[in-house]
Amino acid sequence: MKELVVISGKGGTGKTSLMAAFASLAEKKVLCDADVDAADLHLLMDPDIKERHDFQGGSTAIINPNNCTQCGLCRDLCRWNAISEAFEVDPIECEGCGVCVDFCPEEAIDFPIKTCGEWFISNTRFGPMVHARLGIAEENSGKLVALVRQEAKKLAEKNKLDLLITDGPPGVGCPVIASLGGASAVLVVAEPTVSGLHDMERVAQLAAHFKVPGMVCVNKFDLNFDQTEAIEKLAKENKMTVVGRVPFDPVFTESMVKGQTVLEYVGNSKFRSSISEIWQNIRNQLVL
Amino acid sequence: MIISIASGKGGTGKTTVATNLAVSLGSDVQLLDCDVEEPNAHLFINPVIELNKKVYTPVPQIDEEKCNFCKKCAEICRFKGIAVIKETVLTFPELCHSCGGCVEVCPEKAITETGRELGVIEIGHRNSLAFAHGRLRVGEAMSPPLIREVRSHTRSDQLTIIDAPPGTSCPVIAAMKGADFVLMVTEPTPFGLHDLKLAVEAVKLLEIPRGLVINRSDIGNDGVQTYAKMENLPILMEIPFDRRIAEIYSRGKLIVEEMPEWKEKFIELYRQIEKITLKSE
Repeated sequence: MKELVVISGKGGTGKTSLMAAFASLAEKKVLCDADVDAADLHLLMDPDIKERHDFQGGSTAIINPNNCTQCGLCRDLCRWNAISEAFEVDPIECEGCGVCVDFCPEEAIDFPIKTCGEWFISNTRFGPMVHARLGIAEENSGKLVALVRQEAKKLAEKNKLDLLITDGPPGVGCPVIASLGGASAVLVVAEPTVSGLHDMERVAQLAAHFKVPGMVCVNKFDLNFDQTEAIEKLAKENKMTVVGRVPFDPVFTESMVKGQTVLEYVGNSKFRSSISEIWQNIRNQLVL
Repeated sequence: MIISIASGKGGTGKTTVATNLAVSLGSDVQLLDCDVEEPNAHLFINPVIELNKKVYTPVPQIDEEKCNFCKKCAEICRFKGIAVIKETVLTFPELCHSCGGCVEVCPEKAITETGRELGVIEIGHRNSLAFAHGRLRVGEAMSPPLIREVRSHTRSDQLTIIDAPPGTSCPVIAAMKGADFVLMVTEPTPFGLHDLKLAVEAVKLLEIPRGLVINRSDIGNDGVQTYAKMENLPILMEIPFDRRIAEIYSRGKLIVEEMPEWKEKFIELYRQIEKITLKSE
């Protein structure tokens, strides 16, 4: 089985819109939304949720005031300053390390596992999809990313599907790292701006760091030709394959408003053939 | 006063608003770019950097001479950062959250701490505008401690403008907590609206007054407007889609410098924020 992970570094470059367009072209695949922090793919895929599961991330310390003698040891040990002078734990600051729990001489600190989100297995008009929703202000997004990818792989194996297309998160931190391990290739969707170039360079380094082969596609390429060329040059220097360019076009927003992928919205057109060509280049890279 | 600029969805114009607002207001202002995974503000500000320092987070270092392989360190670690296999102790510094539990629990005092590099912070200025940002080391997973380090350079005698990362989880919280106002930037599309709702819930949790900038306000649909009305989320500025603005941005230039008529609009944006924060005090 092959897994293509679509990332971007910078947010808002058109990752999800393009990934959805490829989903409408690809055969025998499972879709996975690994941008668990701000998942948007479902807005285009209109998933029919078949299975719903709780995601249990970490634990949070809770001080039982009846047993607490206010000795202050937990406050001294907590490196997150999560325990107030009144000996209450701020759940947003608590890292879930459990050090206070283990050292409390009165055993006055509980450490319940918390439900940090939900994940789903759904059917869509383009095939099965695994997606998730991380709770607001929660931690452990990397863990949830790893979980949805693992479940999507299982689903693909069960249904004898040989491709997994994963919509990754923005940035280069914990959730992105969790979306890269073991992937067959990443596609970086870049935009031709100084920010787009800067951020693409960092994700290219990240992909190289984890030894995942990379491809690059420049979206809205006609907004700035110089930056488009700079991105493609940088891609080649980093041994990444340039799979194509997509023009700036209001049809992306229009199709999103209709809840459609851009290819469903435009029907048969020149635009369709340019996206199809990019997908064919990606397929060749993945050796599908 | 601290104004945090956040969005939920990436690429909606956070950095555009943060940089243009900071430059419009001139002196006694500092801009802190807390999107340490992909910092971009410096590309528009071109600051003179005066100080560049590496930031480390503590991770355990085992003295095998003192260690008696009791496994207490591996047992206390909730992040699988230490494993003891027979007479070998393995540490996995990339998994360590720097809680210090292993150091405290070791009965032989065999554990000390060394540093894992999180990234760098750079501090400088552009004319009278003070500037600082962090850049997460590529391969490093944890951004919140680096964000907190950037924020430790907040000067209480100045107006602080924070460019926050996208999303709604721990890095965003680290960039918003303790702010006096959160300015949300969105685009009026289904993706923009969906992620704005999540971001608003996060700001509510922190009980911070908030307002909205709608970028590319004439694309998409009216979902964001309707939602803002329902939520009593004041719309403080609308920036229409303009190919000139998109091109200015693509070249790393500031709108308020290339199209000076925008400067007064950003100053007015600040006046409105000031009014709201005064009312909520």
